This record gives sequence, C-alpha cells and structure tokens, in this order.
Amino acid sequence: MTEPTVRAVDRADLLTAETSEGAQELQRRELTPTGELGREVGAVLRVDGRVLDARSIDVDRRDDETMIINMGPSHPSTHGVLRLMLELDGEFVLRTKPVIGYLHTGMEKTGEELSYIQGATNVTRMDYLSPVINELSYSMAVEKLLDIEVPERAVWIRMMMSELNRMSSHLVWMATNGMDLGSSSMMIYGLRERELILAFFEKTTGLRMNLNYVRPGGVAADLPDGWQDDVLVICDTIEERTYEYDQLLTGQPIFRNRMIGVAPLMAEEALALGVTGPLLRSTGVAWDLRRTMPYLAYDQVDFDVIVGTYGDNFDRYAIRLNEIRESARIVRQCVEKMPSGDYRSQDPKVTPPPRARIGESMEALIHHFKLFTEGFHVPAGEVYSAVESPRGELGCYLVADGTAKPWRMHVRAPSFVNLQAVPLLMRGGTVSDAITVISTVDPVLGEVDR
Amino acid sequence: MIDLPVGAPEGVVVADAVGADVACFPTREQYFELVSAFKDGGYELCSDVCAVDYLGHEDRLLPEGVAATRFEVVVNLLSLTKRSRVRIRVQAGDEPQVASLFSLYPGVEAMEREAFDLFGVIFTDHPDLTRILMPEDWEGHPLRKDYSVGRVPVQFKEAPGPR
Repeated sequence: MTEPTVRAVDRADLLTAETSEGAQELQRRELTPTGELGREVGAVLRVDGRVLDARSIDVDRRDDETMIINMGPSHPSTHGVLRLMLELDGEFVLRTKPVIGYLHTGMEKTGEELSYIQGATNVTRMDYLSPVINELSYSMAVEKLLDIEVPERAVWIRMMMSELNRMSSHLVWMATNGMDLGSSSMMIYGLRERELILAFFEKTTGLRMNLNYVRPGGVAADLPDGWQDDVLVICDTIEERTYEYDQLLTGQPIFRNRMIGVAPLMAEEALALGVTGPLLRSTGVAWDLRRTMPYLAYDQVDFDVIVGTYGDNFDRYAIRLNEIRESARIVRQCVEKMPSGDYRSQDPKVTPPPRARIGESMEALIHHFKLFTEGFHVPAGEVYSAVESPRGELGCYLVADGTAKPWRMHVRAPSFVNLQAVPLLMRGGTVSDAITVISTVDPVLGEVDR
Repeated sequence: MIDLPVGAPEGVVVADAVGADVACFPTREQYFELVSAFKDGGYELCSDVCAVDYLGHEDRLLPEGVAATRFEVVVNLLSLTKRSRVRIRVQAGDEPQVASLFSLYPGVEAMEREAFDLFGVIFTDHPDLTRILMPEDWEGHPLRKDYSVGRVPVQFKEAPGPR
C-alpha cells in the first residue's frame, strides 16, 4: 500500500487553485465595492439615468446570509459548457455572472491559418445549430472583398437553405426549452421534426451538420432532383406540427405560468446591451436584418417580422414558434420562384473547373490543384457583413492583406453578446426561473466561446 | 459618405469602406467623443468591438492624415432608425490603449474584455477588465501576430524519434 503523497486538506487547496478562474469569477460581497454590486445585477443599471436603485440591491446584506453557487459548466440545462455563478438568497437569485471560455478553441486564430476556401469549414462549426447562416455571413464578407456577383440561383438556394436552417435551429430550441420545463414529449417532437430538415441537408450536401455548403462564390452543389417535393413536404409537416405544439405548450397552464411575465426585458435595456434577434424583437423593436437591411433576396419575398410586447419568456417563445411558420412561408416562395442557372459563380478565380473537364484538360487540372492548395488571393481591405441568424445579428469582420489567407477573421457572435442579458433577466427570480432564462436566451456555446 | 453627427470632434478623417459602410478614423483622443456624438446622433446599438493586430503591415492602405499603428480597435455602430452602419477604426498604438465605451454602451463589456484577453488592448475605465475566454493565469495574448500558434508533435508509428 502506497502512502498518499498529498493530504486531503492540501488536495482541496490544489483543486481550488486548479479550477479557479480568479478575477473572472463572481466575487464575494465583502470584496465587491458597493457601487459595483449592481454590476452583476446587469450592466445596464450603471448607465446614466438608470442609477443603481437602493431598493433593487440590498447593500447591507452580508456574505453569511447569501450563498454563491456554481451552475455548470456541465449542468444539463445550461445548453453546453456555460458556467453561471449565482448568488442566492434562499431560492432567489441576487447576482449572476456567466463565466465562459470552457469551449474556447481559438477559432478566430485558426481562421487566420486557413485559406479563404477552407475558412467556411471553420466558421460552420461555431454556431453548430445554424451552420448555413455562419457560412453565409463569412462567404458574403469574402465576396464583398472580391467584388464578385453571385448568380441568382445561388442566392435563392442560399436563402432557402438559411430558412430551413432557421427552422431546424428553432426546433432544437423548442425541444430543449420543452425539456428544461419538464416536457420531455416536446424534446422528442422537436428533434423529430428537425430530423426531416437534417435529412434534406444530407441529401443536398452530404452532411447533416457543419455542411460547408455555402462557399465564397456560390454554393457547393446544386439541389438534388425532386427537391421541390422534399422541401414542400418538410414545410407542410412542420407547419402542421407547430399547431400541435400550440396544443401541447402554448395553452398549457403549467407552461404558461412558468413563461408569462417571467424575466421581462425592456427595449432600452436590450439596445444598451447590444442584444439582437428574438430577444430584441420580444421587447417590441421590429429589428430583423432580413427586413430592415435586406441581403440575398429577402426583399423579394413576403414574410412578417414577429414582434413581442412584454419581452418576457413567453414572448420569446411565441416569436420563435411563429418564426418557424414564417420561415416555412419563405421556403415555399423560394420553391415557387427558384430561378434556373448556375449554382456558383463562373468566375474562374474562385470557382474550380467542372469535374468532367479535369479528366481531359491539363490546364483545368492545374487550375483545380492551384485553387485548392494555394487558394485565391483576395485584395487588401476590410469588411463587415452581417446576417440575421436565429439568435441575432451574426457579423463577420474580415481583414484581407492581399494574400490567400485572411489577416484577421472576427465573428460577431450573437450568443456571446446576448449572454450579457442573462444577469439582468435572472435578477430577483427563483432558481427555477433561471433555468427558463438560460433557455429562452438560447445561447449556443460553440459560438459564445469560438 | 455621411455627415459627422453634431458634437463630433474636429478633424476626424472619414472614408468610404468596402460595401455600403463608412469608416471614421479618429485619433485615440477623439475616439470617445466621436462615439458619444454618434450615440447622440441616433446610433443606438454598438454591434461589435474587436481589435486587429497589423504587425508588419504599417504601410497598409489608410486615408491621408491617419498614422498607422500596430493595433487597431474597430467598432461597428448600428442605427436602427437610420438603418445604417458606421465603422470606427481607431489607431490604438503599439502598446494598445483606448477609452472604454462602457458608459455609452454597456453591451461592449464582454466584447472589450475579449479584445483585452486576446490582444491585450487596455480599455481605460472598463469596470471589469479580466480575461474572458482564456484561463485567468494564461500568459500572453493569443490573437497577437507574434504569438505563435504552436504545434503538437505527431508521433508516427515506427518513425524514428527526434533523436
């Protein structure tokens, strides 16, 4: 029998030292200046004109009356490796601080090492629930720098795939939100419906997630034969089933009690925090980049921007549910209006020659080889391109220096910014409300940490 | 090209950027005042703050009157009422340091922390300038160009070892 080399007491210290994030963590009350106590309540409270209200935070409370606990980083309801430090008074949440970075893999640094063609495979892994929209934002940035036109058909294919992806992302949200509230039937239904879309993605692109389908210059492949029928069946089925969700959740008393009036957000708070997407729309601000700053061909299709009133959990739920219906509406119009033509730009600078020509032409082979080993050169410049992802404004800031690799690739991740609303929303609620808040803010940790 | 909002400091260089955007190039001293003027001029939302390390690209294309430095802090503002974006590129110096926009847009808190964590940009008056993505005891700022990506040696079966 071997002697233990570290005593249990030392080991506790060692473990603390190894797992502690130091100053990044939520500090104890006695270490926090009074003026700063409002910080974790939500940064908005420190804006001019919205000074810290003495009633909203009890500065006299001492540390031994409250408790700081960790929720996460591997808690089933935190939707990934999100770690929330909650200061609790009994069951009520006083302060919250999200501690993130557990999934940080340096994807922005990786992006600088990959050529522009490879870049799409990198960004697609950030927000893994809406890969098409990530690729779209990136590809649009590259295309703006290259100053190339994308053929009409590619634009419409991109738009249709984005909307299908938005549906699948919202369905996963419906599923996990149902799961968080104890409705495991919703979990099964949401993932069942998403499966239809993933199957179509697999048929079109060969992959279910992380598609690398939208690329600079167009899309990777044309739609498969009979895609109209597939897509229409998906729309019919999902649209019909959203009415089943209405029966299952929308009118259900327990669900309503946990959602209505819980964790309200005001429009000015949302704007101050930079929150976008369904969270911002739930406060009554009709801001949807698809409508307000149209990209692709969104100005040629008919759809409604869903807006809430109170900014509470229920509004956020209702917006996402109705956005599924609106997306189905857009997809139907895409089927109707899909133009014929090329699915990728014929600019030889970015597009490899067709497969058939590689076998017969030496030049085509060299061209293909050069394009995929060296990549294409992008003129020096910098650009910011933003699209509406299911979670909000997804921006890509790209700096090119004239070589085949980006000098800097920065992604403005909506989840990362939206997460700042969590401490504000959780303030004063119970721990069980905290679960619904994380759920309705809908962070995707792959995107938060990048 | 846009008109600078009322209250903007004198002598800020404005240029058209790629796409439909406009970029302003304030100095470090003008930076906070300019953003504040834009906020009063209807740019309600600060959508993005990030830094860029231009190590070895000091000769890059910049409008006349802007002295290039190694680091640049890039802020993207969005106006919901005007439906327009404006980009503010401030030359942050070789030892990057700029004012924090926290008192104007509290939502920049996480973004500025990220720029500090990955680039070492000091945002003065930021309430909580700690690392956000990297562990607290991490050394260096990984997105800087002089920070090596490093590599993990791959052990091939039956390949001769390093010595």
